[in-house]
Amino acid sequence: MAPLLHVEARTQLGDLELETALVARTGECLALAGPSGAGKSTVLRIVAGLLRPEHGVVRCDGRVWLDTTAGVDLPPERRCCGFVFQDYALFEHLTARQNVAYGLRDRPREERRVRADGLLERFELLSRADARPATLSGGERQRVAVARALAPEPNVLLLDEPLSALDARTRARAARELAAVLRDAGRPAVLVTHDFTEAALLGDRVAVLDRGRVVQEGEPAELAAAPASAFVADFTGAVVLTGAARPGPGGLTEVELDGGGRVRSTYQAEGHVAVSLFPWEILLDPPEATATSSARNQLVAEIVSLTTVGGRVRVGLAASQPLAAEVTADAVRELDLRVGGRVVASWKATATRLIVV
Amino acid sequence: MTGPRVFSVLLGLALAGAVVFLTLPIVAIFIDTSPGRLVESLGDPTAREALRLSLETTALALAIIVLAGTPAAYLMATRDFRGRAVVQTLVELPLVLPPAAAGIGLLAALGPRGILGGTLERAGVELVLQTAGVVVALVLVAAPFYLRQAEAAFSAVPTSAIAASRTLGAGEASTLLRVVVPTARPGLIAGAALAWGRALGEFGATLMFAGSFRGVTQTVPLAIYERFSVDFPAALALSAVLVCVSFALLLAVKLLTGRGGAVAAR
Repeated sequence: MAPLLHVEARTQLGDLELETALVARTGECLALAGPSGAGKSTVLRIVAGLLRPEHGVVRCDGRVWLDTTAGVDLPPERRCCGFVFQDYALFEHLTARQNVAYGLRDRPREERRVRADGLLERFELLSRADARPATLSGGERQRVAVARALAPEPNVLLLDEPLSALDARTRARAARELAAVLRDAGRPAVLVTHDFTEAALLGDRVAVLDRGRVVQEGEPAELAAAPASAFVADFTGAVVLTGAARPGPGGLTEVELDGGGRVRSTYQAEGHVAVSLFPWEILLDPPEATATSSARNQLVAEIVSLTTVGGRVRVGLAASQPLAAEVTADAVRELDLRVGGRVVASWKATATRLIVV
Repeated sequence: MTGPRVFSVLLGLALAGAVVFLTLPIVAIFIDTSPGRLVESLGDPTAREALRLSLETTALALAIIVLAGTPAAYLMATRDFRGRAVVQTLVELPLVLPPAAAGIGLLAALGPRGILGGTLERAGVELVLQTAGVVVALVLVAAPFYLRQAEAAFSAVPTSAIAASRTLGAGEASTLLRVVVPTARPGLIAGAALAWGRALGEFGATLMFAGSFRGVTQTVPLAIYERFSVDFPAALALSAVLVCVSFALLLAVKLLTGRGGAVAAR
């Protein structure tokens, strides 16, 4: 598939020296993840035309939005990006419906109404259509912001920490809705987050940004399993696997992993899920050892990488899906762990967190 | 008494003192003026003339201030340009300018022998001792009140709301009209009310620059001053009228801004 959104930027902003090149393809969500101050939001602002870099090129669907050497710089209103701001940036003097219809001004009145109401219905906001943002809940405000960004059928979707303002309970629902939005968007999307689990849940690919530079880019599981640097290993934290959950024996949930393999969890969930666990919760044993243990989950895997992270070693593993374990340097020596070797990775059902996606 | 209680009592005393002192003159005006006297003073044609002139000139001055001041305040609030702090200070200068000095300054600038006097004369514009001169004096003394408030109100509009409007296809001018002004509305109205209040009470600069001619430049404050030496009760009654008009204005603004939940100024 041809790259649809292409961004290259080099600019100095205070202490931040940004130098990035990114591509997001049609129907794909690129998650820009990294600590605060890494320049994630800056990249979104450059794409939307809200910030002009010293040097840069932004192309979308073959059209040039920005080319500093050629002197091209389209204003934001001519780029048509669906931007969801971190604080949602709703127009407080307008109702929810008027907020959603704001970007539809140049369409006929009837079409405007139908489109706005359709979006309000899809996001379960129809009953709140005449409410002002100040009277909406956090989740409702977030949905209005997403609906408003989608209304003019934007060329790209740009989401700046769209879940960070929500409480934990609302966030799970909002994440599911957002995943669905991104699935049917049919256009490139760039999502900014400081949370790797969120990036892994919503992004098809994750680019880890640190101090203005992309330090690694790839599928979420790839990044967790084979971090290119100690920074990425530290940042990625949790291992994320995907699969289908259904009730299993003993009150546990059984997850059939995509690509094969089966794990159990004490968490209750059904349907498509993300399995999240921390590398330090995974035990490694030689493949011949079949000692009984309390760990319910065991996967035979091949070692693909060994990365030292501080005093630990992250062991990248290839099973049906990539995963990673973290062990001490002593354990690596004692177990004679080396790239290409085989191990049994095991962990407890209680450490197997499930997130419905 | 314990320390905290002494402190509370002191705070209470300070507030009580402030309220009594600030309202005493207004209370006195109404104690000395019966409602009948108030209505009667409106029967005086020169009083009615002064009131009409006051309302006309202040309304015109306010229209000029709002039309020119709104974009100027928006520029000061949203754009970073060289010398912005200097510009911000300069437009606030008339706030600390003694009204008499403002009047003299206007004469020196726009009077027949002023620095722009010749230019105005060639253009056929006469300001001194004219109603137009009253409007000019009012704009000078009242505009800073609006500019200050409007700038604060515009600064308080979240930049993300402006950015959101732009990404949703609205240009800069359209964003100003559809998002920035409505969001800043309470602050803008409060600023306009302050400016109008200041203009209604304007005395010194008007007297110096435009004089005090009945029906031409004699606004209510000038009419009060004229009566003061010859007919004190009449001056008092006209003062009461001015207080009522100003109070009604303030109340109208409170009611106007009370509804709707937009961002408050400051």
